[in-house]
Amino acid sequence: MADKVLMKGNEAIAEAAIIAGCRHYFGYPITPQTEIAAYMAKRMPKIGGCFLQAESEIAAINMVYGVASCGLRVMTSSSSPGISLKGEGLSYLAGADLPSLVVNVQRGGPGLGGIQPSQSDYFQATKGGAHGDFHMIVLAPASVQEMADLTVHGFDLADKYRMTSMILADGTMGQMMEPVSLDLNVKPMPEKPWATTGTKLERFHNITNSLSLVPEELEELNFKRYQRYAEIEKNEVMYEEYMMEDAEICIAAFGIASRVAKNAIVEARAQGIKVGLIRPITLWPFPKAPFLKATEKVHTFISVELSMGQMIEDVRLATECRRPVTLVNRAGGMIPSPEQILEAIKNAHKNGGAN
Amino acid sequence: MEFKRITLLSGHYGSGKTNIAVNMAFELKKQFERVVVADMDIVNPYFRTKDSLKEFEEAGIKLIASAFAGSNVDLPSLPQEMYSLTDDVSSHCILDIGGDERGALVLGRYADSIKRENDYEMLFVFNAYRPLTPDADSALEVMREIEWAGKIPFTGIVNNSNIGEETTPEDVLASMEKARELSEKAGIPLKMTTVASGIFPSLENKIPNLFPLKLQAKIM
Repeated sequence: MADKVLMKGNEAIAEAAIIAGCRHYFGYPITPQTEIAAYMAKRMPKIGGCFLQAESEIAAINMVYGVASCGLRVMTSSSSPGISLKGEGLSYLAGADLPSLVVNVQRGGPGLGGIQPSQSDYFQATKGGAHGDFHMIVLAPASVQEMADLTVHGFDLADKYRMTSMILADGTMGQMMEPVSLDLNVKPMPEKPWATTGTKLERFHNITNSLSLVPEELEELNFKRYQRYAEIEKNEVMYEEYMMEDAEICIAAFGIASRVAKNAIVEARAQGIKVGLIRPITLWPFPKAPFLKATEKVHTFISVELSMGQMIEDVRLATECRRPVTLVNRAGGMIPSPEQILEAIKNAHKNGGAN
Repeated sequence: MEFKRITLLSGHYGSGKTNIAVNMAFELKKQFERVVVADMDIVNPYFRTKDSLKEFEEAGIKLIASAFAGSNVDLPSLPQEMYSLTDDVSSHCILDIGGDERGALVLGRYADSIKRENDYEMLFVFNAYRPLTPDADSALEVMREIEWAGKIPFTGIVNNSNIGEETTPEDVLASMEKARELSEKAGIPLKMTTVASGIFPSLENKIPNLFPLKLQAKIM
């Protein structure tokens, strides 16, 4: 038998979470991520885990808070409108420094929007996600294999830095089926001396709490948290470079957009245009360094997105506006075509960065 | 290939039912004038038989599907025209049932008529490379759940074991033992094995009742 299985992206996330040791899942169904909940509903009872369909997204994220407080690996998943509902809980998790894994399989918005794929929650995911000063580690898979790999990695990072990791996928990634190896790199879970696991009368009791009424103390907590964020920005950046060695045009794209972009790049290369791709895998921390370095040879950057242009702002910041950054996009559930991207590449090639 | 008047395709979701339904419809059209494909999947709003609407129309195959299938409206409804499947016995029909027991629930509405006429084949689509049905026992469990929900017992098995584009002839051969074990445990025959047309030639003489699938177009 082959050592791979055929999985939907959503299933790969669910199985990878189980492999990573997650035994608690709380969620509420919403297309296009429902297979995660459906998979957990089937699997969890068989392995002594807990699947619970909460009465709402808000209830689910607060159940995550509870299990995370107990020091166990826990996750929830939803799609765009449901993630907005979880916002309050995400902020509380950040305020209490609790590790968790949250999955957003994005669909077109705003509002209830549609059920087709989108990347328009980029701002929401990378710029905090709710009220207060905080970040989530945001991981953007571009294959079903990465859906699995990054889920495991997300749990590791969440535990290591005591914060939420978010898998930012989209409807296509969630629904598409590809071969997956489930031989995943699971690291041992770190000690969690802060967890509320019972004192056994051997220590003072632990509290997980996001309320802090003394401003000097709250400020101190914020400063400390941001020292950790600085560490993450230094150590945890992930990205892929594709045909960048001699590239004069650089496409920035993540997730499903990067797959379409690669097709366009191959076609443009066949026509003699030197174009490459930088694919951020961590959207926060954003891979600033490779973009800044690319400005030495690249005359135009093209951000390809399933949104009205959100990551483009981070590309501009990362390149310190040294080169023009243009946008190729579709919105509302539509996906840019390779032809549309190729057209933008040809234009950039013709203009040579002079626009 | 011999067909009953109604062929029902059911199984774990993602086992390949829709793709087989589409390919089987064209095979059926070679033998019969009036062919109908019914998309009974009210669970999955993506990957629908409706994606093949143009090809069906060109071939003169009738498609009955929810008006909302493949649209952005995630509404589980079926058109009244579905009753023509059992009322009009002059057509040969392929029924594409939604995945798992949740998808098969809808079948219960038509089960009595189908069983009364008793000219049907209820096929279980098996993919040993799907994570929740890696062996005969787990597949049998899914079979029983679907039978309970759909109220029609399975009469045969289709082995559609694959891992997508990376599937090798060896992968298919390695799955045969599990498919036979499932057939034995379920007490129903292994009717056919389906493979991508690309690897069909290398397996043609090694597997009985082998059926080539012209895979549906992929977006990317």
